[in-house]
Amino acid sequence: MRHLEVDPRLVGMLGALAVIWVGFDLLSGGAFLTPRNLWNLSVQTASIAVMACGMVLVIVTRNIDLSVGAMLGFIGMVVGVVQARWLPEVIGLEHPATAFIAVAVGVALGGVIGLMQGSLIAYLGIPSFIVTLGGLLVWRGAAWWVTQGQTVAPMDGRFRMLGGGIEGAIGATASWVLAALACAAIVAGMVMLRRRRLAFGFPVRPGWAEGVLMGLACLVVIGAVAVANSYPIPVGVARRMAEAQGIAWPPGGLFIAHGLAIPVIVALMVGVAMTVLATRTRFGRYVFAIGGNPEAAELSGVNTRRSLMMVFGLMGALVGLSACIATARLNAATNAAGTLDELYVIAAAVIGGTSLAGGMGTVAGAMLGALVMQSLQSGMVLLGVDTPLQNIVVGLVLVFAVWLDGAWRKRIR
Amino acid sequence: MSTPLVEMRGISIAFGGIKAVDDVSVDLMPGEVVALLGHNGAGKSTLIKILSGAYRADAGEIRVEGQVADIGTPRDAKRYGIETIYQTLALADNVDAAANIFLGREIVTRWGTLDDAAMESATRQVMARLNPHFRRFKEPVRALSGGQRQSVAIARAIHFNARILIMDEPTAALGPAETAQVGELVKQLKAQGIGIFLISHDIHDVFDLADRVSVMKNGRLVGTARTSDVTKDEVLGMIILGKCPEAAVRGPGAMADS
Ligand SMILES: Nc1ncnc2c1ncn2[C@@H]1O[C@H](COP(=O)(O)OP(=O)(O)OP(=O)(O)O)[C@@H](O)[C@H]1O
Ligand SMILES: [Mg+2]
Repeated sequence: MRHLEVDPRLVGMLGALAVIWVGFDLLSGGAFLTPRNLWNLSVQTASIAVMACGMVLVIVTRNIDLSVGAMLGFIGMVVGVVQARWLPEVIGLEHPATAFIAVAVGVALGGVIGLMQGSLIAYLGIPSFIVTLGGLLVWRGAAWWVTQGQTVAPMDGRFRMLGGGIEGAIGATASWVLAALACAAIVAGMVMLRRRRLAFGFPVRPGWAEGVLMGLACLVVIGAVAVANSYPIPVGVARRMAEAQGIAWPPGGLFIAHGLAIPVIVALMVGVAMTVLATRTRFGRYVFAIGGNPEAAELSGVNTRRSLMMVFGLMGALVGLSACIATARLNAATNAAGTLDELYVIAAAVIGGTSLAGGMGTVAGAMLGALVMQSLQSGMVLLGVDTPLQNIVVGLVLVFAVWLDGAWRKRIR
Repeated sequence: MSTPLVEMRGISIAFGGIKAVDDVSVDLMPGEVVALLGHNGAGKSTLIKILSGAYRADAGEIRVEGQVADIGTPRDAKRYGIETIYQTLALADNVDAAANIFLGREIVTRWGTLDDAAMESATRQVMARLNPHFRRFKEPVRALSGGQRQSVAIARAIHFNARILIMDEPTAALGPAETAQVGELVKQLKAQGIGIFLISHDIHDVFDLADRVSVMKNGRLVGTARTSDVTKDEVLGMIILGKCPEAAVRGPGAMADS
């Protein structure tokens, strides 16, 4: 274990997730650990997970963003109106560019809102709690204003792929190709890092430990794809697809797999990109240094205000992306979308080991935190627990997780 | 006389009515060590923080090599080759020694990503000069001892080829061997033509290392003297009583002669 040099907290999170999954599976008589349930779980987690990646950086700088849920509602409305009302008049209904324009508008609008709130926090020195609390009210109100409260539907066909569903999954073959690419990237990355450390004569993990880690990482990737690929699409849809492609419908039926869902792939790509940003770039280094000691960062010549504003801008852009995922999944834009999401996003980051005191947190942890929260929720739905009790349980788990984390941290000091 | 490396003239700054620094003028020649002395709260740290860009003076002028220098941020100061070891060390506790040393000036790879291996390698070299026993390169600075943290802060200041070095009580937390090492370092840097402002409460160290002393009292300059022209007792008199000896250049804060 010591030779593996893995983050013990990450291992702890994975352990907790395993306990939750197996527990629900036993309680539900085997209904939890099915390809169908796990696939749906992954799709439901995507939107919160994307935002949690940004929230980690916000919290690491000792700030908070309470406005993400309301922002999601507002941006979702704008994205819905753009693609369902404006673009059809300009470029026609179901135009191939509609989805791209809609997503670009969502991300850009989120980025601008984030930068706006960030500049109030960084340059005017207004506490982020206040600015984003104000933002929560402003954007929720603005979400209603866009259409005077009317729901906008349906969404563009290509845009809907962002939300998952049958058209929003990439199929078995493409999923395996992605898995192979991911495994190759993992192995290449680890080998390169090791070479580099060896070239400088620094200590490295023993070879076998490196191999075990590589193997485990690849196994997780392959396992996830195997699960997604064993969840078939409904018979009726499969039959129509077969007919459309001129394949005769065999007597025993055809097994056409979902494969990975597009929102899940998007969330994972965001996770990888944000991890690189947080750990491998100057910007990420500054974010952590500001969280550790803002004065020291400033005295070291870091432009702390600009960095802080960018963190909120990034958070906003990710909210824009999440707004697209949520709107696509619902196939409608409603002004109530994203209600309470800020709390789930913050909870995901905190359960994932992000310290509210700043300076500490990982993107991977936050994404796992989002998965833990969603697992709890959908597990309880599966067991028929009613909503008020679900909230009570999630609330208690949040408090317990943070206490456990704190106790653990004190022990390792 | 050649142009001074740094000249601070008539510097004043107030914090909400308290004049922390009041009309102070000091200067520094290349290859010279000037010690800044004074009781606790005399305004030494505040004065050098104006030079390092942490504060902006309310009045006064800074010249670097004879040219008026506009220093508004720590980034500006570093551009003039001014490096600072702060009394508070100013380290980010949650990242490791290399990340602190290179903070704001990271080495990046061809792809613009952090080159941690190169930074760790440079850190090992510079730390070997200061603290040969140091091994904890991978740990956050929080886990280091006070002296080790101080070594990291010193390493950060000397790694980037400073022309002007400000050391605010650099050896306060160091053991005797490490203190001697810093003394050696000061002499080496001086020989390279670097100008050093040294703040210290150890009068013996000051007489050992400094060419001149400037003494402050209640935010005002008592006077400046060559260490070869005055005795330790006279300097103590300047610090405690504000009494300026014959051999010193009087400042506005000197006690009136009776
Ligand atoms: N940021 C600040 N805000 C308000 N007052 C300050 C600030 N910084 C310093 N002061 C005040 O300015 C005066 C000079 O402080 P300074 O830190 O420069 O003293 P010093 O000479 O470095 O003392 P020491 O030997 O204890 O380090 C003190 O009275 C202090 O309380
Ligand atoms: Mg001081």
